Amino acid sequence: MSQATLQIRRISGHAGPVPGAGVERAQTVCKLVDTTTCIGCKACEVACLEWNGYTFSETVFDNSYQTMPETAWNYWNLIKFNEHEREDGTLMLLMRKDQCMHCAEPGCLAACPADGAIVQYANGIVDFQQDHCIGCGYCVTGCPFNIPKFNPSTKKMFKCTLCADRVAQGLEPACIKACPTGCLHFGTKDDMTDLAETRAQQLREHYGFEKAGVYDPTGVGGTGVIYVLHDAANPEAYGGLPKNPHIPWVVRLWKGPAKWIGNLAMLGGIIGVALHYLRFGPKRVESAKDQKGGQP
Amino acid sequence: MSVSQVIPSPRTTGDARDRILRYTLVERINHWIAGLSYIYCLITGLAFWSPYMFWMAIIVGGGPAARFWHPWFGLVFTASVLWMYRIWRSDMVTTDADRAWWKAAKYYIRNEDENLPPIGRFNYGQKMFFWLMFYGATLLALSGFALWFFESIPWSLRWLRYLAVAVHVAAGFATIGGFIIHVYMGTAMVRGGFTSIVRGEVSSAWAKTHHRLWYEQVTKKTSGQK
Ligand code: HEM
Ligand code: SF4
Ligand code: SF4
Repeated sequence: MSQATLQIRRISGHAGPVPGAGVERAQTVCKLVDTTTCIGCKACEVACLEWNGYTFSETVFDNSYQTMPETAWNYWNLIKFNEHEREDGTLMLLMRKDQCMHCAEPGCLAACPADGAIVQYANGIVDFQQDHCIGCGYCVTGCPFNIPKFNPSTKKMFKCTLCADRVAQGLEPACIKACPTGCLHFGTKDDMTDLAETRAQQLREHYGFEKAGVYDPTGVGGTGVIYVLHDAANPEAYGGLPKNPHIPWVVRLWKGPAKWIGNLAMLGGIIGVALHYLRFGPKRVESAKDQKGGQP
Repeated sequence: MSVSQVIPSPRTTGDARDRILRYTLVERINHWIAGLSYIYCLITGLAFWSPYMFWMAIIVGGGPAARFWHPWFGLVFTASVLWMYRIWRSDMVTTDADRAWWKAAKYYIRNEDENLPPIGRFNYGQKMFFWLMFYGATLLALSGFALWFFESIPWSLRWLRYLAVAVHVAAGFATIGGFIIHVYMGTAMVRGGFTSIVRGEVSSAWAKTHHRLWYEQVTKKTSGQK
């Protein structure tokens, strides 16, 4: 949640066009996470908590370096850890910084029924506005990445803002500032894509990771967070990164054709009974005796 | 039917002895609990269905309030439908008279009721509406729980959330279809029907025209009791 002075591209649950959309041209911003140089130190987690005013959460031991099972309403940024055994039997320790992907076509926003509870700024950041949120949880259903999290006491939904407040002031997101290895980068989508591709090529040509590549899934129109992976063919190994994420088809049906079918059916029903009344009118029970005042 | 079968009503004048009790007070109260809680669910549900109807949530106290109360009123609705099931189930079984009536339903639609075979307390259309609401309420409640407590569904069972949305919307719209027809028939089309569910009584002419077998049954019983 930020009150940043950013132009808006999309508004959830909004009747009619988006006021002011397309007035100002903005660069699409992007965060690049190079999983090949992440050491899992969790500095980004702490920076995120500090900037957003949360405290560290209790950890849960699960026989690995994983500190918590998933992100939480007050823990937006979590390193996902995986001991991955390769085909040749050697072990790889995979770390992936998990947070909102800031999808170009956000499923959360498509599903949200509340006017203005989710906005997408012209720079591509997807941001929840808790003062408009009704706590219905539709965004959880719409998101392919398991990101929006519910605060049960305030009944509001929270997730990573990509530090929209900082970005609006020309600053980098807090996590980027904290990373000690330089595996996090922030800039325009074009620049980050170039950088990521260059790094992936380097991994392929000089480090023997033949399947190295960039994760920028097209199923959600590309994302505002992109990853460099040693093995782009197997994103699931990186803490369950979906291979081909897209807005669930039920959500697309529900927010698309079903809307039209439902509304037309309701309208048809109302017109139908009105026409029946005009054509046939009411059924009266009129015995001669009862004719006056016998009916309401 | 402990209350006298014959209640004179100032609003419906006519011959006081001509009134027949169609719905007991308890049946009427239950009907209106079901009706009002359904309308609340309808208004708030439609508000979340389309941004163009979100204002409906505003008029009942705003989005978060609507989100809070919708499931509770849904439970009230489901409970009253279950109660109807308990007391009306046997009246709602399809009979041979219904099958004959249904074959001739076009006369009912055209208000040529003199061509219809006689039927009991409820006609086949009313019975279908009852079963639609009964199964609809069951599905709405089941899927509604998954929508209500969405945060308790783990990521690995997320298909439950998808299923719940689909079932809730489909069942909601099926009941809305029935509801439109039900309200139209109860208020505008079948004159006397609305009074019967408010004050509980109908004229014997009404009973004879619309539910002759039921009329014969209750008048026989009453004279027997007397
Ligand atoms: C036990 C019964 C019910 C429960 C627990 C329940 C629960 C829910 C919940 C949790 C939602 C999500 C948003 C919200 O809270 O408003 C919802 C949406 C909805 N409900 Fe219900 N509900 C019930 C009965 C009904 C009934 C009787 C109707 C009548 C038409 C109805 C129609 C709808 C509609 C149209 C939506 C919106 C779907 C959309 O957003 O597209 N529900 N319900
Ligand atoms: S990752 Fe989920 S919460 Fe983030 S923008 Fe995409 S759909 Fe929305
Ligand atoms: S819970 Fe999610 S979908 Fe519902 S209003 Fe809040 S942000 Fe929108």
